[in-house]
Amino acid sequence: MTTRGTGPADTLEPSSGRGSKMLGGRAVLVSSMSTVLFFAVIALIVVLAPGSEVVAERFFDPFHLRQSLLGTESEPSVAGAFLLNVYIFTISELLILILALIIAVVRGIPGPVFFPFRMVAIAYTDLFRGIPLILVLYIIGFGVPGLGLGVVSYLSDVTYGIIALVLVYSAYVAEVYRAGIESVHESQNAAARSLGLSRWQSLRFVLLPQAVRRVIPPLLNDFIGLQKDTALVSVLGSIEAARAAQIYGASQFNYASYVVAALLFVLITIPLARFTDHLIARDKRRRQAGTVA
Amino acid sequence: MKRMVLIGLLVACLFLAGCAGQQGSEGSAQGGSGSEKSCDSKNPPLFKDGVLTVATDKPAYPPWFEGGPENYSGFEGEVANEVAKRMDLPIKWVVEPFNKSYAPGAKDYDFDINQITITPEREQAVDFSDGYFDNAQGVLALKDSPVADAQSVSDLKDGQLGAQVGTTSLDFINETVQPNADPKVYDTTNDAKSALESGQIDAFVTDLVTTVYLRDFEIKNSEVVGQYPRNEQFGMLFEQGNPLVGCVNQVLGEMKEDGTLQKLQKEYLQQYLSVPTLKE
Repeated sequence: MTTRGTGPADTLEPSSGRGSKMLGGRAVLVSSMSTVLFFAVIALIVVLAPGSEVVAERFFDPFHLRQSLLGTESEPSVAGAFLLNVYIFTISELLILILALIIAVVRGIPGPVFFPFRMVAIAYTDLFRGIPLILVLYIIGFGVPGLGLGVVSYLSDVTYGIIALVLVYSAYVAEVYRAGIESVHESQNAAARSLGLSRWQSLRFVLLPQAVRRVIPPLLNDFIGLQKDTALVSVLGSIEAARAAQIYGASQFNYASYVVAALLFVLITIPLARFTDHLIARDKRRRQAGTVA
Repeated sequence: MKRMVLIGLLVACLFLAGCAGQQGSEGSAQGGSGSEKSCDSKNPPLFKDGVLTVATDKPAYPPWFEGGPENYSGFEGEVANEVAKRMDLPIKWVVEPFNKSYAPGAKDYDFDINQITITPEREQAVDFSDGYFDNAQGVLALKDSPVADAQSVSDLKDGQLGAQVGTTSLDFINETVQPNADPKVYDTTNDAKSALESGQIDAFVTDLVTTVYLRDFEIKNSEVVGQYPRNEQFGMLFEQGNPLVGCVNQVLGEMKEDGTLQKLQKEYLQQYLSVPTLKE
């Protein structure tokens, strides 16, 4: 490893030496000029469009941007409603990590005795990867309460929303886990077994740690998708950011609230995306260091 | 060196922001002054020559609309038919989802008639005709609901209320009832109906006529707890600055004067309007 790059802007450039040498003074000049030109052209297109005044007023009016962010007496605050997205996302993510791992492990258990378990795991992933999330939301959120089945039918709509998200996303994430487990070379398992570890111990201490580390970037990618899909839970009645934006829009006949909600989603997605990049870079460094040693 | 990149980005952002700000102020200055143009009733400015193109949402609900889009009847259907007839034009129905009705850009119809309440905020973005119906809010509940016996608006405070997104019923809940629990908000009347039937909400607030229709034809064991007039009127929605508003208002005025509007209201809506009024 080199000792370069202790500044805070370190993440802006690739960590290996090759790229940073290319970013000399001239390169910086060219890149900043092309950046300005790029945005100037886009701005010009937007400004010269025949309907730009109306669009600016209907989507970017500063008064409506601020008012929808903070809410009024009769319209909920988009920022406040966004807390519900964060809540749904946090709980769902934890449950998905657990349920998906169980499904992936079950699917990988060898032996004829476990055939029915494997079958259930396969059927589960096939089913829930195939159904659009919004349909699962409707079926769970309006179907289960309609059954009148004691406690199960009297949960809050947010709970039904979380259940639907967990069901659908666990199917995706289970496949990600499975890809990770299968990417660990067979010899790792053989070596662990020959050292006297049981099948479970080998899975727990040898296979899974390697598998999970490899799939963290795609996992986080799925979670970025999950963050956005929390907006769909609103079909069951709760006011989250996208719904709050819709309420504001319909009452004020202005779309600025949608822009505000979009920005909030981007704002929370960017740290996760950068974190993913960071993990990928770190993993790459580690593996390169590994091959040298 | 990296600073230069940042400065470049900053300049680009400022440029963008400057344009956006400027546009915003021009746009809103233009906003209020569109509806004063007059309309030549001999030669009305139409979206498509020789035909009155009228929009509504799909599905369209009775008793506002009955039959199919080839020849809608029902209260709003007949009001539009009558307007077309008095302007001596054939009518053509097109679909316009409510959430699209206030989008910027040219509208591909003459007006939209879809139980849209006239409000000052909305008039910043579109033009409305004069009101053609005085709307009241209605509260629908199952007979065993905790708010089924409510006599006044304050009796509704402790219930879990629900409404459809984009309706003034939601304003009624937030501004007038001010309930203890946040209201639930649904995309469609159907979703709210399911939530009411399965007990996710204690009462569904929507326009009075729809609550009575749901009680009589759709939801068993339900009752309309009461109505609450909020001085709201339904109007037809026009693109801002469309001079056709003048012609339609003239026709609507005639229809009010000669009793046609009342006759249509009696024919289609009479059975829906006799509900006790909620006290403050």
